[in-house]
Amino acid sequence: MFNDALVFASIVLVIFGALFGLLAAIGLLRFPDFYTRMHAASKAGAVGCGLIFAAIAMVSLDGPVALRAGLGIGFVLLTTPLSAHLLARASYLTGHRPAASTAVDEFADTER
Amino acid sequence: MTLALIVVAVTLLWGVVSGSFETLNLLLGAGFGLLVGFILRDRVKATGGLRRVRAIVALAGLFVWELLASAIGVAVLALTPNLKARLRPAIIAYPLLVTTDVEITLLASLITLTPGTLSLDVSADRSVLYVHVLQLTNRETLIAGIAAGFEARIMAVFR
Repeated sequence: MFNDALVFASIVLVIFGALFGLLAAIGLLRFPDFYTRMHAASKAGAVGCGLIFAAIAMVSLDGPVALRAGLGIGFVLLTTPLSAHLLARASYLTGHRPAASTAVDEFADTER
Repeated sequence: MTLALIVVAVTLLWGVVSGSFETLNLLLGAGFGLLVGFILRDRVKATGGLRRVRAIVALAGLFVWELLASAIGVAVLALTPNLKARLRPAIIAYPLLVTTDVEITLLASLITLTPGTLSLDVSADRSVLYVHVLQLTNRETLIAGIAAGFEARIMAVFR
């Protein structure tokens, strides 16, 4: 009974995780420039990945596996913002300008 | 004291990652802990107390909440039919109040994972954080929101 509930809950988590992954991909396709795309990839991507890790932790019914899945969530949340920041910074410094629709760009005025 | 804490934490972490809590394996983990403690010897200050634990829990709670909100927000936005009209991207110079490497790194990471904002760069003198905003409404409200939210709670943890 308890196991059934766990399996059911993890199914829900996997579905939502996959959904966030899909929406992140759609966002990547539809957003106008590189910087707005990084928003979709970093946020929805990290949450989707985290939800699937949580589902693994639930359905494994095994202490060490669940702990490692929890650790996986931690590392995803630790590394995703770093890579998003690195990619965005590198692309700006190598001359990739934001889309023309960008309202304010206070970064452009600074000396580097 | 701090070294002991690092050794214990790394040992437990190693036990979890390698999936075995046998004595020899844990000793290996403790060895790694000593190595990490040695590398970080000048970087960590001995501080503690219940107040700090509470501040960390408050920060983590705020973070999880904002992370879910931002993922849902950006997912909904990805499905919006008239996307161009909804977006108002901007790059804002955010005046930093926090000063140390750890605090700035943490703030930049948290900003990236929260609704509509993405850290771009830190100025050379470390006084300004450039933030890319997905839907800018008001520059001042945004800056005040970050200062009162994450930055205030980060300061509560580290000071």
